[in-house]
Amino acid sequence: MYTTLLAIDWVVFWDKVILISVILMLSLLIAMYETWAERKVAALMQDRRGPNRAGPAGLLQPLADGLKLFMKEEIVPGSSSRLLFILGPGLAMLTAMMTSAVVPWSSYLEIGGRHVDLQIADVNIGILYVFGVVSMGVYGVMIGGWASNNKFSLLAAVRGASQIISYELAMGLSIISLLMITGSLSLRTIVEQQQAHHYYILVQPLGFLIFLVCAFAECNRTPFDLSEADNELNMGFHLEYSSMKLGFYLFAEYVNVFISSAVMATLYFGGYDIPFVNNSALAQHWGQNPVAILQAVCFFAKIGIFILFFIWVRWTIPRFRYDQLMKLGWRMLIPLAILNMLVTGFLVLLRQNHWHF
Amino acid sequence: MQPLTSRGKAVDRRPMNFLERTYLPAIMKGMAITFGHIFKKRPTVNYPEKHRPFSPVFRGLHVLNRDEEGRERCTACGLCAVACPAEAITMEGAERLPGEEGLYREEKYAAKYEINMLRCIFCGLCEEACPKDAIYLSETFAPANFTRSGFIYGKGELLIPDPKTDPEGFARARGEHKTV
Repeated sequence: MYTTLLAIDWVVFWDKVILISVILMLSLLIAMYETWAERKVAALMQDRRGPNRAGPAGLLQPLADGLKLFMKEEIVPGSSSRLLFILGPGLAMLTAMMTSAVVPWSSYLEIGGRHVDLQIADVNIGILYVFGVVSMGVYGVMIGGWASNNKFSLLAAVRGASQIISYELAMGLSIISLLMITGSLSLRTIVEQQQAHHYYILVQPLGFLIFLVCAFAECNRTPFDLSEADNELNMGFHLEYSSMKLGFYLFAEYVNVFISSAVMATLYFGGYDIPFVNNSALAQHWGQNPVAILQAVCFFAKIGIFILFFIWVRWTIPRFRYDQLMKLGWRMLIPLAILNMLVTGFLVLLRQNHWHF
Repeated sequence: MQPLTSRGKAVDRRPMNFLERTYLPAIMKGMAITFGHIFKKRPTVNYPEKHRPFSPVFRGLHVLNRDEEGRERCTACGLCAVACPAEAITMEGAERLPGEEGLYREEKYAAKYEINMLRCIFCGLCEEACPKDAIYLSETFAPANFTRSGFIYGKGELLIPDPKTDPEGFARARGEHKTV
């Protein structure tokens, strides 16, 4: 079929193009409705009603917000470095979106006898890729804060950068103990293992907890929103931003929440697995395509639960002070992650030795 | 210093133990509280569609009353203006001419009647002072305006709708026909 190794299989190419556009659209749509859900849940928790004017139950509110952001005046401060100032929000959005490339959204569809994987790229270093892209997210914050040429923005950006870097350590360590069990870095393999046996939340509860806390910190969400810090730093690194550039920053945060929910669901809650059901048996019974769609629905339901959890935490917990943040990161989470790693390693070795000490 | 009340509590300044330093118990407690609030009753009223009912003694915007035949009751005696502690009411009287019996109930009437809503304190003393039952305070309040002069309400704004030509408006202004 291939004349040379570099020949492009156009069918696969268009598959991927369609899949990428669908997933980008979907993450933007979900991010849009996250803002709505955030406001609605916040209102519920504060005994208010929340947005209810635009459309039924305020469902058109995100569109109105977006329209408002587009109509606002674009201001680029005279003393800012123009290129970096514009690059900042773009970078934030780009890194937020790029992570979605390795997440397996469902098993596969059968279209015309071909397997169409519902994953953009099943790279065998999936988790490493996620980490690489996520740590690039700090550039969006840092460049935005630096290019604004504003002391508060810079302060916030430095705080945000140090926070993200500190929590990445604990996040990486908590993942290592998971990887010792899975023996694979590919997210699809991890999901398939969970389908075959059990969800990794059962064997890695502490690792999940650490990962969860670090995911909050990576997304700059309350209680770790030190880089925004509305009341002490005046919106922090996006203080000088207006119009859709600000919108991009805010939006990137919600996309990040969506993606990190997807990663957490994949790593610890079985990804696209339909819970309590033998997936392959169901696929034989119903056919592959309906099951694949149901699996995607299950995955998005899991993501939705995580997103609601993110929102719930945001409207409960006040922001950490900077020293508390650093103490929690370096003196609690990292030692706990190392402990978790040692215990897991010990048990894994013991199991390989058939439980003989 | 002596404690001023018996409700004082000593601040616990013991260093946090391990569990407290993870913040987890406190966070879970807080999350249980916020979750509980989801099911609480919301005090908000959807304003333009629903109005919170006023209390029966609410004193709102003034209304100049008419009798059942639609004749103005005010005789421009000036008692309301005298009673007004904020000096918000001014009026000019005029004599009723022959042929105007359907418009004004008595021989004298108010040709001009103005209340400055920026001065008015809505005390209701004008209502109490009026011997002719011609002015009373309704259950509405003065809407916002762009100019100060817009807050000086003349007869056009104050006069109640004619019960003969607009019985519904009359009833609404009297507060008998309540809007929800």
